[in-house]
Amino acid sequence: MLQFIAKRLVAGVVALFVVACLTFVLLYSTSGDVARNIMGDQASAASVAAKAHELGLDQPLMSRLSSWLWQATHLQFGTSWFTSQPVFTAIANRLPLTLTMVCVAILLIGVVATFLGVTAAVKRGAADRAVQIMAVLAASLPGYIVGIVLVLVFAIQLRWFPAISRIGPRSGAAVWVASLTLPVVALMLNGIAGAAQQIRSAFIKQLEQDYVRTLRSRGIPEREILFRHVLRAAAPAGLTVLSLQFISLLGGVVIIESIFALPGLGSLAVSATTQGDLPLVMGVVIYTVAIVVVVNLLVDVANGWLNPKVRVS
Amino acid sequence: MSAVVDDVSAQAEPGGLGGAVKRPGVAGRLFRNPMGTASVLLLAVIVLSAVLAGVLAPHDPARATDNVLTGPTALNLLGTDSNGRDILSRLLFGARGTLMSAAIAAVVAILIGLPAGLLAGYYGKWFDGLSSWATNILMALPGMIVLLAVRAAVGPNIYLTMVIFGVLMSPGFFRLVRTATQSVRNELYVDAARVAGLSDLSIMGRHILGVVRAPVIIQAAMVSGIAISFQSSLEFLGLGDPSAATWGVMVNDGFRNIYRQPLALLWPTLAISLTIGSFVLLANALRDALEDHVNVKEKTSASRRPATVAAVPATVAAEPVDAHLCEVRDLRIEYPQPGGERKTVVDGASWYVDRDEVLGIVGESGSGKSQTAFAVLGLLPDNALVTSGQILFEGKRTIDTASRRIDQSALTGLRGRRISYIPQEPMSNLDPSFTIGSQLVRPMTRILGISKSEAVTKALDLLSAVGIPNPKRTFSAYPHQVSGGMAQRVLIAGAISCDPDLIIADEPTTALDVTVQAEVLDVIRDLQTELHQGIILVTHNFGVVADICDRVAVMQNGRIVEQGDVRTILRHPAHEYTQMLLQSMLVGKPPLTRLMSDSATGGMK
Repeated sequence: MLQFIAKRLVAGVVALFVVACLTFVLLYSTSGDVARNIMGDQASAASVAAKAHELGLDQPLMSRLSSWLWQATHLQFGTSWFTSQPVFTAIANRLPLTLTMVCVAILLIGVVATFLGVTAAVKRGAADRAVQIMAVLAASLPGYIVGIVLVLVFAIQLRWFPAISRIGPRSGAAVWVASLTLPVVALMLNGIAGAAQQIRSAFIKQLEQDYVRTLRSRGIPEREILFRHVLRAAAPAGLTVLSLQFISLLGGVVIIESIFALPGLGSLAVSATTQGDLPLVMGVVIYTVAIVVVVNLLVDVANGWLNPKVRVS
Repeated sequence: MSAVVDDVSAQAEPGGLGGAVKRPGVAGRLFRNPMGTASVLLLAVIVLSAVLAGVLAPHDPARATDNVLTGPTALNLLGTDSNGRDILSRLLFGARGTLMSAAIAAVVAILIGLPAGLLAGYYGKWFDGLSSWATNILMALPGMIVLLAVRAAVGPNIYLTMVIFGVLMSPGFFRLVRTATQSVRNELYVDAARVAGLSDLSIMGRHILGVVRAPVIIQAAMVSGIAISFQSSLEFLGLGDPSAATWGVMVNDGFRNIYRQPLALLWPTLAISLTIGSFVLLANALRDALEDHVNVKEKTSASRRPATVAAVPATVAAEPVDAHLCEVRDLRIEYPQPGGERKTVVDGASWYVDRDEVLGIVGESGSGKSQTAFAVLGLLPDNALVTSGQILFEGKRTIDTASRRIDQSALTGLRGRRISYIPQEPMSNLDPSFTIGSQLVRPMTRILGISKSEAVTKALDLLSAVGIPNPKRTFSAYPHQVSGGMAQRVLIAGAISCDPDLIIADEPTTALDVTVQAEVLDVIRDLQTELHQGIILVTHNFGVVADICDRVAVMQNGRIVEQGDVRTILRHPAHEYTQMLLQSMLVGKPPLTRLMSDSATGGMK
């Protein structure tokens, strides 16, 4: 088991390294005249050149990459070109809000999708069709449309929730709940049906296994077979579904934060992208991928623990 | 985009999945599905409006006017945006960018995923490892974040962004093609093609592409929808080209003016949702057309009413006092087929078994023998129909004629307690997540009501009774840690653990090595002599019948063609099918030869 975890850990670090290198090359080899953009049109050629030198833009790409990687091992990701704030600080300020939303959303998706998926698999019929139709609808509506509709109905028409986040540095729990309810629901809606559909297939696949028939022949009650045996056997597939959902939530949160004007990682990513603040964009990519790597590692470990073939050996 | 739609119609003609299945054309079944027709029509309309935008649009989509954010008017049928530009014209022109984005993403994803999947699946080795590794990394990337980085690097170039998005979407195609290729590579017809001297390239082109074509088209429709969603999201975030007339930019503009003119938001939102929805529905309809949805529907509707008894025979007489342990009368089991027909798998079978006797049900695979056994257990698949007949356990009916169903409540009391089951395939019949011990103990605490420690003691006794050398170790082992022969002994131990009166053994030795087969049969026979249960032994092997059975029923095509005492039938098989089965068993089967010579000497006397 320890060997298994170590293997996955190494694979995750390697993946992170590869993504960092590719992103760095993508960002910095194509970026145009950044120094000119920062200094403005009025600046002299000399001051632009000085700025370019200050940012290290006159260095060869590979030496910049290696120095970035070296600093990254010390958790230093450079400073923002526009605010001069360290990237680490900028992201650390924004991360808690985003992570809260994504984690709450994935937990709720896990619970609701498992319930829907298992119901559809066991009852079939109407419940099954409802999940299928919901999945088609959810796949047809991009996240921002879901967000807009929620704002229109629940914030503008019904006035149940604020349309725009009121979260400030000293907000209490009530403000957080009020401001985050709609965004989290918007995040969830796109994921639930798809996840439920996949959990349904995983559950049906297990229901058709031979051992389920044998358990029934032994006189074990159906409820116990479903929840003790089948659910457990379908759990690894379900966790994998949820880990993929988690990855797409990290993307979806970008849009939702923009709609609800939430000061999270996503809106930071959008503003950094608009400005061309490459160190900050780079930092956001690395942080997001690192989160994914950690989540995938946790899922791998959980699945390994659920599988006696991995756990016992 | 239009390439995708063209592919669909081209795909539809030559008979679906690579000629492996011969059914009415996929196109026919696609259009019979209203969802399929609707999605194709909608996509056709969208493609046409993109192509003919220059002709259809009433206004220049970029011309700003002073009529800002008007509702629908005679001049501007759908109103104007915040710059006074005509919304209808912008929608028509916007379709171009949207469809191009979808086409670029889908084509790039296919161009990467398809060849890589073919190579990885066909040749395997290092390329498979490398590409699977790359695929895993790509799948761990949140698409939106990557697109933001791309946007930061290359500016508001939506087409280049969609090329990158195509790369991100390629794992879907890669996995699909790789799996399909792996399964086809070892098919006989591919071997035959290889022997016939076809090059790898032409085998891939001719045989494997045919198989993956349909799933690739389905995936392409899905990816097109996702690409439109992402592309319009970027534009909605204000990261698109603000001067271009695209749907995402229009949504952005509408959202910013939501209080002044909600309709300006409605139109582009509707256009995007309808387009993505068409792609999703098209993908679903295509999948249904390929899977032949009729069959699936029949299954789900039947599943709500498991094993319905359609006709009640009025002829069931009052049960005699000295009833058989288990008796099957005129049992008929049918399965619904696509097209409303029913396939009969058991056709009027009647037999009985008493305590202290072994009844063999013998026949080829597909003769209905296992179905009969499952009917007794009440464990037929959900879509099975018991259309006539009765099953009696100690004279009590287990098919409830009043409610016209298999009486699951009666069987719940019997299963595990009075009737037990030894399955065919030992490994797949143990839950891999639980130890062997817990799978033995749980039914005993449940059925016998004994304490856990008593059950553990009894389980260990049972394990040694079925000839397991180290019961303690097997008890705490997981199924994957024991051999097939051991697992089968464990299942036999489980079957006798609650002292049943009737054991149904479905090909209990077929999946085992020849040497282990004999041992397992010995275990069953010894236990039966000791415990005096009735056993129904389902097998295709007359050697096993001769070895262990008292009476035998021979099944062919769902009917019992002959039954009676084993010796009588072995000596004087009346039915030609029995004779044929026996002849095929005669060669080199010691127990049978002995019986036959017995009969020869017996006949002389």
